[in-house]
Amino acid sequence: MAEFTLKLRRYDPESGQPPYWDQHTIDLEPHRSVLEGILQAKARFDGSIGIRCSCRAAICGSCGVRINGQPGLACHTHLDKALASSRDGATIVVEPMGNMPIIKDLIVDMDAVHWKKVQRVTPWLINKEPIPEREYIVPHENMVDVTQTMACIQCGACVSDCLSMEVDPLFVGPAALAKAYRFVGDPRDAQQEARLRDLSEDPHGIYDCTHCFKCIDACPKGVAPMNQIMRLRRRAGSDFGIVDRNNGHRHEKAFVTNIRKNGLLHEADLLPDSYGGKLHPRAVPELLDSLPVITTALLRRKFTPAKALRHPHRKEFKDLRDYFEKVEGREQRLELNLYITGYDEDAAPPADDAQNAPEQGEPGRTPEESPSR
Amino acid sequence: MKVAYWPGCVSRGFTPELHGSMAKIAPLLDIELVELDRASCCGAGVIAEHNQELADTLNARTFALAQQTGNAMMMNICSTCQGSQTECQERLDANAEYRAIVNESLRDEGLTYEKGGTLNKNLLWLVVEDIGLDEIRSRVKRPLTDLKVGPFYGCYIVRPQERLGISSDKPRDAYLGMLIEALGGTVIDYAGTHKCCGFPIITMNKEASLKQAGRHLGDALDADADCLVTPCPLCHLNLDLQQPLAERLAGRELGMPVLHLPQLLGLALGLDPKELGLNRHVVKPTSVIDWSESVVASV
Repeated sequence: MAEFTLKLRRYDPESGQPPYWDQHTIDLEPHRSVLEGILQAKARFDGSIGIRCSCRAAICGSCGVRINGQPGLACHTHLDKALASSRDGATIVVEPMGNMPIIKDLIVDMDAVHWKKVQRVTPWLINKEPIPEREYIVPHENMVDVTQTMACIQCGACVSDCLSMEVDPLFVGPAALAKAYRFVGDPRDAQQEARLRDLSEDPHGIYDCTHCFKCIDACPKGVAPMNQIMRLRRRAGSDFGIVDRNNGHRHEKAFVTNIRKNGLLHEADLLPDSYGGKLHPRAVPELLDSLPVITTALLRRKFTPAKALRHPHRKEFKDLRDYFEKVEGREQRLELNLYITGYDEDAAPPADDAQNAPEQGEPGRTPEESPSR
Repeated sequence: MKVAYWPGCVSRGFTPELHGSMAKIAPLLDIELVELDRASCCGAGVIAEHNQELADTLNARTFALAQQTGNAMMMNICSTCQGSQTECQERLDANAEYRAIVNESLRDEGLTYEKGGTLNKNLLWLVVEDIGLDEIRSRVKRPLTDLKVGPFYGCYIVRPQERLGISSDKPRDAYLGMLIEALGGTVIDYAGTHKCCGFPIITMNKEASLKQAGRHLGDALDADADCLVTPCPLCHLNLDLQQPLAERLAGRELGMPVLHLPQLLGLALGLDPKELGLNRHVVKPTSVIDWSESVVASV
């Protein structure tokens, strides 16, 4: 047995009192979980501590909290590991998840944010007609492709720390968008294009993700929601040519074309091209809005007009186009998902602790199937 | 120490002071830079978003060019390059069959990427792990005494932790603070140190993008920082170049100078603020320059 100090964030919105910190020393084996620690504090010292839990085995997704500032499952975090990651080396700090209102103490309102957003993406299969008399036959590789998103246990850890949602609460968010890929990647679904169009045209949809990797580190199940959002973008932009309201696909095209042409990024072209070109009606107000910034940058000689007009490196990269032609000319995009394929036996996977390692699927490369096939 | 040097695009584009200041500090740290002038953009995550194999191929080409120089290490000065390239390298190293497909594309140029042959390290990692903080301390000519510096890492160099080799033995997500201390400065802890500057969505949701920048700058200001330091030029664009627009969204004056990592190192190593290009920033680093000049005067 060992003693651990838990510092819990307490708050009861109905009390009219502000949030406060509550500290308890508990006594458990170091390999027992933070959840067990909280439950011991509740049983021994204060029955009013609010925590939601059920399975205690990292399956139900009920006990999402922040431990020492990092989101995760209280039942899936050992006390000794939590202590090792504590800021002062002595106190395990447990707070409610972020981006969601607090119901009481460590319990957040999942309905108000998480579940509402999941409902937003039509989280069920829409059958292709006619419905076969017997079961649908689905190619194995297609189902392997969506297993990563199916590993989600809806704990909300990714929602808690989403940095786009922090500034834009309307962002559909990582959990719901990962769920959206679950159906966009399913060959039985009849509405793949409509789903993609919907999530592209929503200004708070797939192009509102700021690519911060927070959700990848937050997820206790290796779902990597951000990677699923990027797959949704690839499908929407490259396969269906959907032009979104956020300039997302236009920006991606402008960026790729810019590198194909210049080898190194030519920023002076990228900004206007992302809005459709220097003289495009969409670009003009953006450029005008940025005019004070551009002027200051010119005054400070961050760039010169000559450099802005002509890329100095362009001619050194003539051969680079061959790579673009070869790779983009493939009949099918090649995509390696390490969650599915794992690592070659001789490749040392990055050091990890077994606790946080995602479960590995079956080996086998999964080329993205283009919907035209 | 001789390294294959990948400066990235933005350090030679809209933040030329970064490339310039790196060139100035290299001899003071005994780093010999073999610049990879044929290497192309890392893709900044956008090319991978468009076509993963294309991003992996372009970066495999860069790694192959680095390997051709005969140096065991490739150094970058951009968090985004670090993250994007590590992601590609992880896939290339994980699967021999995939690597062979990518190498087939490199063949026409006579290049091959050898698995595990290049260590790709940001200047920050190289300074802490290969030069060492004790060595850095011994080279400081002008300690950053009384300068309160807020670290701003950039997402790509701190997440995902596993891929970037961040662990309790290698706390790469704490290196900026350790380095600021070694240079004699005071580390300012504020909410935004490891958050996103918002740059990736600047053309997609400008308001959300600049709200992120404005919030972190404001948090640093409230925590009493004199300036921020970042190893990422893209963060620098949103935090410095766009700061006047971020102020508008934050609804408050910010005036927070943002330094590139080599500039902060250069100041402590005794270089003149002007040769480090500090006069090229949109937000004039007055607090920093006044400070360093007064220290210079007292030496």
